[in-house]
Amino acid sequence: MELILETLGLAESAKLLSLSPPGWGANLLRGLANSLKIASGAFGFGLLIGLFGAYGKLYGGPVLRDLLAIYTTVIRAVPELVLILILYYVGTDLINQASSAMGYGRVEISGIVAGIWVLGIVQGAYSIEVLRGAILAVPPGQIEAARAFGMPPLMTMWRVTIPAMMSFATPGLANLWLIATKDTALLAIVGFSELTLETRQAASSTRAYFTFFLAAGGLYLMVTLCSGAVFGRIEKWARRGQPSLREDRG
Amino acid sequence: MTTLKSLMIPHRIVMMALFAALVLWCAVTLRWDWIPKYTPLAMQGLWNTIWIMAVTTVLGFLLAVPLGLAQAIGPWYLSIPARSFCTVIRGTPLLLQIWLLYYGLGSLFPQFPWIRSSELWPYLRQAWPYAVLALTLSYAGYEGEVMRGAFSGVAKGQLETAKSFGMRRFTMFRRIWLPQAIRNVLPTLGGETILQLKATPLVATITVIDIYAVSSRVRSDTFIVYEPLLLLAVIYMVIAGLITLAFKRFEVKLPR
Amino acid sequence: MKLNTMLAVTVAAAALAAGAATAEQVKIGIAAEAYPPFASVDSSGTWGGWEIEVIGAVCAAAKLDCVITPVAWDGIIPSLTGKQIDAIMASMSITEERAKTIDFSNAYYNTPAVIVADKSMDIEPTPESLAGKIIGIQASTIHQAYAQEYFKGSEIRVYQTQDEANQDLFAGRIDAIQADSIAMADFVGSDAGGCCEIKGPVANDESILGRGAGAGVRKGDDALREALNAGIAAILADGTHEKITARYFNASIYSE
Repeated sequence: MELILETLGLAESAKLLSLSPPGWGANLLRGLANSLKIASGAFGFGLLIGLFGAYGKLYGGPVLRDLLAIYTTVIRAVPELVLILILYYVGTDLINQASSAMGYGRVEISGIVAGIWVLGIVQGAYSIEVLRGAILAVPPGQIEAARAFGMPPLMTMWRVTIPAMMSFATPGLANLWLIATKDTALLAIVGFSELTLETRQAASSTRAYFTFFLAAGGLYLMVTLCSGAVFGRIEKWARRGQPSLREDRG
Repeated sequence: MTTLKSLMIPHRIVMMALFAALVLWCAVTLRWDWIPKYTPLAMQGLWNTIWIMAVTTVLGFLLAVPLGLAQAIGPWYLSIPARSFCTVIRGTPLLLQIWLLYYGLGSLFPQFPWIRSSELWPYLRQAWPYAVLALTLSYAGYEGEVMRGAFSGVAKGQLETAKSFGMRRFTMFRRIWLPQAIRNVLPTLGGETILQLKATPLVATITVIDIYAVSSRVRSDTFIVYEPLLLLAVIYMVIAGLITLAFKRFEVKLPR
Repeated sequence: MKLNTMLAVTVAAAALAAGAATAEQVKIGIAAEAYPPFASVDSSGTWGGWEIEVIGAVCAAAKLDCVITPVAWDGIIPSLTGKQIDAIMASMSITEERAKTIDFSNAYYNTPAVIVADKSMDIEPTPESLAGKIIGIQASTIHQAYAQEYFKGSEIRVYQTQDEANQDLFAGRIDAIQADSIAMADFVGSDAGGCCEIKGPVANDESILGRGAGAGVRKGDDALREALNAGIAAILADGTHEKITARYFNASIYSE
């Protein structure tokens, strides 16, 4: 009896999760795609901020350095959820005011762009610290050598600093990417249709809360594990030619 | 004080003046008339935020020690579950974990009527036990991974010495291994506690009234958007600052 | 890694470019959290329900090019004032408090607020009867405002969505719900709501409960407000409103 019930229960879950309606599997996958889009956009945007921010913190003037310090401190002390709400409302407001001041009409901001902007700003603060540490770990002689051969600063950055720091930055960046994918769940609170919101809608429509939350958890876990494998390869690649050091992340 | 001296640089004075002007501008032009009415509620919310953070950090840490130990030296039937637990907790969003615990478990209650007549029911009806459970498990998952590294980081020689002096395994653990592992993780604990503080607003989504929920209440009652959020951000920054200071003091006092 | 970085940056840039197109359409904001039978999303991701059909009919009658845009209910008014949407049609009651922040069209439906509780519970929709009980309500609704004003002797739990409040009533975590009568009729008619029944309407207070649900627009956006009013009047006059209602309910939900 128990066994039959259990198989029946599982059959019910399978029906709910099937990819074609009335199953909700496709919704979850659509949500997952949105989550990944936002996460990769935010990660990229954050890296951009991080790269310039790290350079600013290392080589910038005192004012720039202080401003960047304020940015990283504030972002790292305030909960992401609160930051997301503030940036979401303030950001779209500011963009609209700016565009109407410049004589353009209202700018329409799609959910994905808003999500990338919001999470990117948060990611940027953490990226700065990761990349700053990585740049500092590059033996200064390498950069000095590039300068001595008359390489322009941008070329030095692109050809010497960035490739050399990659191996130091990869573990931190992998961690940031995982944070980005998980932080997209917070966007459910402001109503973006990413994986967590889709899950919530499916769960409350069908009342199968357990099934859907577990399924979504499985999807997130899959992303995490796959990313772990990919970043492991990248790290190996970035470390090529370097003496292997047993990494201890403590 | 050196910190005061470092502030007396011209550009920092200018920046501070600008900041003061910004604060003044906020104080004058934005709406703050709602504050007196919501102060008692905010105090209650603040208290909830702080105790949930403190309790779950302590409980989570207590759970993290065996998790770390199991991963570092445990036999496979302990280390594999411990490692899977940490992977699952770290690999899924906390918001989802909270909802799974609260609404997922909640949806099972009607199928088991005896739960409602049990002694535990008055607690199971409340939202905070789920919040505490979810945040504790989350902290344990992250910190368990850190503890694994900390246990592995204790120099083998010391343990071998202890063994050669005939110290019993448990004494060795209590007197040498654990204290050193804890000292290894201390520098990271402050940061982890701030991360835990930053996780607390998620409990507002399962009806726990923390300081974040109070700010949402102000927003929905008065339709004032920015002011409660800004004040909320400042409150979190102050708490985070206090945590940092407290851990700094603690670390200085500890012999190295 | 370099490739990965460049790829991510390109994706971000492309997304920014795609999102920056200016719009001519009227974005009708609805709550991203389902509110059956007025608005709910099915497993193919399309929205349907009484209100969705009414939005379609009003827009067609007013010759507006509308797009339905789900946003979080909790932040729907800030989304309107922040110009992420142009109008709210999300069963939002016209209240004095909200009218300070946004303008409203005429009402397109009105229903009383009711108390729902377990069948076995002897509960009247009065403050005395509900004293000491736990009442669940959805955040940022007239019901929250009402319960906070009138049910001071009860514990009030605030949920982000109506569905979650319903779920907790079903699970037995709360004793009663205050909500809109039609949404509740739908709920008690469903499997999950079989536990419960409507105990009756709460005493009316028009200053809090409002004068029915209307479309919200930004202050001063009279062109859109007039257009929506014309659309609402048109579907009321030509029987479209009645036809849609008949498909969902067995009684009219509109009165002058």
